[in-house]
Amino acid sequence: MRLEKRGESSAILMLIAPVAAIAVTLVVTALLVLWAGAPVGKTYVLLLQGGFGSVFALSETLTRATPLILTGLAATVAFKARLFNIGAEGQLYVGALAAIAVGGLHGGTGLEWSPWIVFPLMMMAAAMAGALLLLGPALLKTRLGVDEVVTTLLLNFIVLLLVSAMLDGPMKDPTAMGWPQSVALNGELELSKLIDGTRVHTGLIWATTLAVMLWAIFKYTTVGFSIRAVGANARAAAFAGVPVTGTVVLVAMLSGALAGLAGAIEVAGRTNYVTLDMSPGYGYSGIVIAMLAGLHPIGVLAASVFVAGVLVGADSMSRAIGVPTYIADVIVATSLLSVLVATLLTQYRVRLK
Amino acid sequence: MTASPYVLSLRHISKRFGALIANDDISLDLKAGEVLALLGENGAGKSTLMSILFGHYVADAGEIEVFGQPLPRGNPKAALAAGIGMVHQHFTLADNLSVLDNVLLGSEPLWLPFSRRSAARQKLLDVANRFGLPVTPDARVGTLTVGERQRVEILKALYRGARILILDEPTAVLTPNESEALFDTLGQMVAQGLSIIFISHKLAEVLRVSTRVAVLRSGKLVAQAAAADVTQAQLALWMVGHGVNAPQKKPSTHVSSEVCVIADVSTDTKNRERLQQVSLTLRGGEIVAIAGVSGNGQTALAELLCGTQRATSGSVQLLGKPLPPSPEQLVAIGVARIPEDRHAIGVIGDLPVWENALSERLRSATFSKWLWVRRRTARAHANRIVERFDVRGGGALVPTRSLSGGNMQKLILGRALLAPDGMPAARLIIAHQPSWGLDISAVAFVQQQLIAARDAGAAVLVISDDLDEVMVLGDRIAVMHSGRLTDARPSSDWTRESIGLAMAGAKP
Repeated sequence: MRLEKRGESSAILMLIAPVAAIAVTLVVTALLVLWAGAPVGKTYVLLLQGGFGSVFALSETLTRATPLILTGLAATVAFKARLFNIGAEGQLYVGALAAIAVGGLHGGTGLEWSPWIVFPLMMMAAAMAGALLLLGPALLKTRLGVDEVVTTLLLNFIVLLLVSAMLDGPMKDPTAMGWPQSVALNGELELSKLIDGTRVHTGLIWATTLAVMLWAIFKYTTVGFSIRAVGANARAAAFAGVPVTGTVVLVAMLSGALAGLAGAIEVAGRTNYVTLDMSPGYGYSGIVIAMLAGLHPIGVLAASVFVAGVLVGADSMSRAIGVPTYIADVIVATSLLSVLVATLLTQYRVRLK
Repeated sequence: MTASPYVLSLRHISKRFGALIANDDISLDLKAGEVLALLGENGAGKSTLMSILFGHYVADAGEIEVFGQPLPRGNPKAALAAGIGMVHQHFTLADNLSVLDNVLLGSEPLWLPFSRRSAARQKLLDVANRFGLPVTPDARVGTLTVGERQRVEILKALYRGARILILDEPTAVLTPNESEALFDTLGQMVAQGLSIIFISHKLAEVLRVSTRVAVLRSGKLVAQAAAADVTQAQLALWMVGHGVNAPQKKPSTHVSSEVCVIADVSTDTKNRERLQQVSLTLRGGEIVAIAGVSGNGQTALAELLCGTQRATSGSVQLLGKPLPPSPEQLVAIGVARIPEDRHAIGVIGDLPVWENALSERLRSATFSKWLWVRRRTARAHANRIVERFDVRGGGALVPTRSLSGGNMQKLILGRALLAPDGMPAARLIIAHQPSWGLDISAVAFVQQQLIAARDAGAAVLVISDDLDEVMVLGDRIAVMHSGRLTDARPSSDWTRESIGLAMAGAKP
């Protein structure tokens, strides 16, 4: 068996590819559902209903999608310039810590000033914290050639220990009776709800706006051109006069800031305080989402809603029918693999000898 | 043995890639003891045909017979076993291993506890003696010259018992003298009964070395003839399909003032290629051509003038001021740059043509305001380049990757030479291997544009390892060897032989 490059990718293939990828995903996971002893059709219906079937289900999905959009954008901007930031999880947590440091009830600056001043300060601090966390690996990469995959990944674990130390130390909530959580955010700084009685909050609008902004940056600005040029061919970009090092550092700041904002918006919109389990791997899921979206900021919106819907739907489906929620992880992972293979097959044909 | 006079027969070979027909019903025979030249432009289908023969590709239709036996399809091992040896244009040698190790690599079974080195050494020396290819088995390949490395490549094939040898553009990396030595070797090998397929697009050497010529054009075999019966002009016509006007060049009429003065420049010793005390003066209205085997510092010189490398000592003056440090500033004052490798550094293949057309002047006031790219202006400019430089392949919006090499080079030329409104025309043109890998008509176009720019008053520096190009273009010629540059003397002071000697490092 061998791969041969196609002369041109046909338009029909480009349309068939994503459909085929979804079909393959459904078939593969159906086998697992059968193995678990549940009826396939009913499982999928329940999953769909649980994720999108009611106002409540949809609101839960959108709540879950909000941080995923931001981490997805963080991965998108970084991967576009071939800066492989695996550290969005850590950047999210330092963003959350920074939000509490500025906007927390005790010891923060929150109580003295108007929320109109503190809220932007809080968001900027979170963005800055995420950006600075990625700045180190970016400089190590551009100056010394240290592989950023390793440094950003390992920083995640360091940050988790930092969070743990903060929750047991300076940011410890005295009213939590030993439970590891931070002091709560000043209530005036919370993001308001989009729909009464649900958890979906204005962070969704922030995230969507940022996605559109990032799309516009890529498409219309010199910075966007530089990012795409450096990612596509750094040597040619340097020859044309694009400042490669500067672009990589800028991309690191943008990516880290987006992940940091994800943390702050989670705190201000949903959790109100930092805990060690506030993110079920949003930083890592962001990478999957960016790849599913083909590194397109608007695609990130769709991919985030898809992933969030599968996760939320699987929760309610497993309560009803007894298929473990891990099926959600399998669906997401399988869809990523099949999308990657489908993309490959639009460019190459398989030849059997 | 069968009675067939042919050692190799290709029958009705066809191969298509999508809409492109790379090989269209090609039938070709190779006789024992002959040198068959396979001639054709880039993209004519030479490489595809040889890849099918060697088993890297599977033909859509057709058969291959070697020494009267059918050759299994798509199986490089079978091709090797049948006695077909291939010498690639880009060597497949491990630099840090010895000659002997390189020859043995892959030719010994993996599970033998000891490699039979002394027997292998003797066999290698025998083969080398028989074909007149002297080597030192224990020398590290990294220390050998390019000509010697090619010898090792050929020995590798012969050591494995190749009786049909395919040489892919073997002279592209050699000095004229080394090429002559190679041709003598080929003669000896043929005398020993080997058959050779010699792939090339250089007409003169094809006639010099081959007994028979086969010409491919757009995937079809258009002509076969005995080398003694054809002329270069006839071959060129077959190759291109129509007559090509060679670039017309009159001697430069008015050479104006100094545009660029390079004085005693050396570059970093850490780089593999470096300059050592190079001095050169470029004047408006004149083309200075630099000859040399690639790898002797030409890249360092080009990078220095293109703003991607610094000098460690010496000075470069451009229009009376020190050379600005960044590509952006260089372009802004009128330096047109045509890099050596158009795919790797000339264009960004994933981006559309119009974005590549603007990339050098991204942050100029013409193409952007604050952070916003003036997309309409940029596209209009790209359309002008496409039109004026005849860039074919789908217009300004297609990905640049999809252009052919010739059209890509036209895009790069247009970007460098066609200044957008309000920006200075090119004052200094740095063209590094401007026609490398292009077909005859594209070469003529590129050279004509450089001559036109000279006539318009620009100073032109052409760096090329193609001696023909140097002779055609250069008003003055200098030769580079091991990072040193000879004086740039008027082209009438040079002969092919004297340039060849200087390329090999002989003192004039």
